[in-house]
Amino acid sequence: MIDCKQASQLISQSLDRRLSLRERLSLRLHTFICEYCRRFGQQLNTLRVALKRMSEHVENDTNITLPSETKARIAKSIENM
Amino acid sequence: MTIANAHDWLNEHSDYLYRFALARLRDPHQAEDVVQETFIAAIKNAQSSENSGFAEQSSPRTWLTGILKHKIIDVMRKSVREVAASDLMNDEDANMDEFFDEKGHWADKPQAWGIPDDALEQKQFLGVLQNCMAKLPAKLATLFMLRDVQETDNEEICKELNISPTNAWVMLYRARMSIRKCLEINWLMN
Repeated sequence: MIDCKQASQLISQSLDRRLSLRERLSLRLHTFICEYCRRFGQQLNTLRVALKRMSEHVENDTNITLPSETKARIAKSIENM
Repeated sequence: MTIANAHDWLNEHSDYLYRFALARLRDPHQAEDVVQETFIAAIKNAQSSENSGFAEQSSPRTWLTGILKHKIIDVMRKSVREVAASDLMNDEDANMDEFFDEKGHWADKPQAWGIPDDALEQKQFLGVLQNCMAKLPAKLATLFMLRDVQETDNEEICKELNISPTNAWVMLYRARMSIRKCLEINWLMN
């Protein structure tokens, strides 16, 4: 029986690689009885969604603009090409 | 391709490209630099060949964003490579002690939380998340960004950053563990 430390590692890795059958079974057994590791798995999914939303907020925030000095600098380097 | 075209591109797309870069690199100076590099590369490319990557069917913005993505990965790659290999291969167990007790149980049991529905609360939550990201060592934050925001393929990450898959898993695990703990402390305590 794997402990929470091992289970949390497998949960994280399941986002990055396909777990082996053996790993999947031992993880399922563990999360069946361990509500904290179940929660951990949900939190990692939440984290993913939240991070994406965080990026979208920046991407769509039209108040954020390229500083005018930088724009001028780029315009100048274009002239020199 | 004329200089006038280039200035139009700059006026029309530079703010968007800057935000796109800032969302991923989080460093304003780095974001400014990659935007500049993108324009220079784009203009060179457009000047050098008639059949450049800027095909008629793709919009300038799509084309510029494609170039920008590569520039962003270049910056990320450099920031991760600057770290000595030995540093990447920290003993995973020794470093996870803060999260678990000697029996392998959670030291701080994960609590129930999620992204708030309320707009204002959500903004606060994302603010806390941003602070937690900032506290993460740069290499972990970069890897985390690549994997979970850009959704870069794991294999590609390892190739780009010149690390082994095992290293990537350990680092991503560590990043996720740190962020969830930081969020839990700073969000739930409020």
